[in-house]
Amino acid sequence: MSDIWAAVVIVGVAAIALKAAGPVAVGGRPLPPRIMLLVGTLAPALLAAFVVTNTFGQGRSLALDARAVGLAAAGLCIWLKAPLLVTIVAAALATAITRAM
Amino acid sequence: MPPTPAATRPQGFRAGAKAALPLCLALVAFGMSFGVLARANGFGVVAPLVMSMTTFTGASQFAVVSILGAGGGLGAAVVAAVLLASRYLPIGLTVAPALKGSRASRLGQAQLVIDESWAVANRGDGTVDRETLLGAGIVLYLSWQVGTLAGLLGGDLIGDPSRLGLDAAFPALFLALLVPQLRTRQAVLAAVAGGLIALVLTPFTRVGIPVVAASAACLAGWWRR
Repeated sequence: MSDIWAAVVIVGVAAIALKAAGPVAVGGRPLPPRIMLLVGTLAPALLAAFVVTNTFGQGRSLALDARAVGLAAAGLCIWLKAPLLVTIVAAALATAITRAM
Repeated sequence: MPPTPAATRPQGFRAGAKAALPLCLALVAFGMSFGVLARANGFGVVAPLVMSMTTFTGASQFAVVSILGAGGGLGAAVVAAVLLASRYLPIGLTVAPALKGSRASRLGQAQLVIDESWAVANRGDGTVDRETLLGAGIVLYLSWQVGTLAGLLGGDLIGDPSRLGLDAAFPALFLALLVPQLRTRQAVLAAVAGGLIALVLTPFTRVGIPVVAASAACLAGWWRR
């Protein structure tokens, strides 16, 4: 098997297993209350990490670039309670314009 | 337990599909660039397509194609891709209570989980709405396949998606979904700590580790109320 197919198979199986582990092991029933407290704060923790890595992450380094302008535009839209679509388009537009300048 | 906050946005299969629509263009575009990159790196057509259908998580797929394409070893490519996908372990735990059906059915439903479908389906109180997750997941899954196929067959129609600012669509979505969740002291603490952990670790660890490490910030949930 070539390296390419080996990688496709190994990574595919790993991704499927990682996504399914929780739902297959403990799915379909509520978790204990003490664990639910942690699951509840897992969402804001991960979302904040996604925001940071998607805005400032550049592989293994940090970068302050046009994406930050996009995020600021998104923040403004969120503050003004704009719909999700408007927020996303504004972020993309602000980033594209900043890059074009 | 904190008082259960009301759902922050409409829930349900259709609502999930609708919430995912703004991201379709971004996902198609990045799927295309994955297809183009895979083809340019000698992956052929079938392998990248199989990868998009089974792995269905962009960051890991880009890692494999770029590392193997640059002459890196199989081990390096697999380690990077698996580390990037390891966030689905904690994410899967938050999804688990919502998924119904047999083990096999739950395994199948879990494959529609990616960052974006999970984020859209989050109710803001730690629970996930199954229908919203599946609705958003299906739309995003199809977008990713269409994008990959278009990139493999059609090539570089739109060029670099970042030129259109499409890479900024993702942090914008995550921020828009984060803000309504910041209603308790614990949630704010978790968000600040999670963001800081990711920021501080990025220059020092392998790609993928910062986000997994940030899930430790969920310990803020045990902070006294």
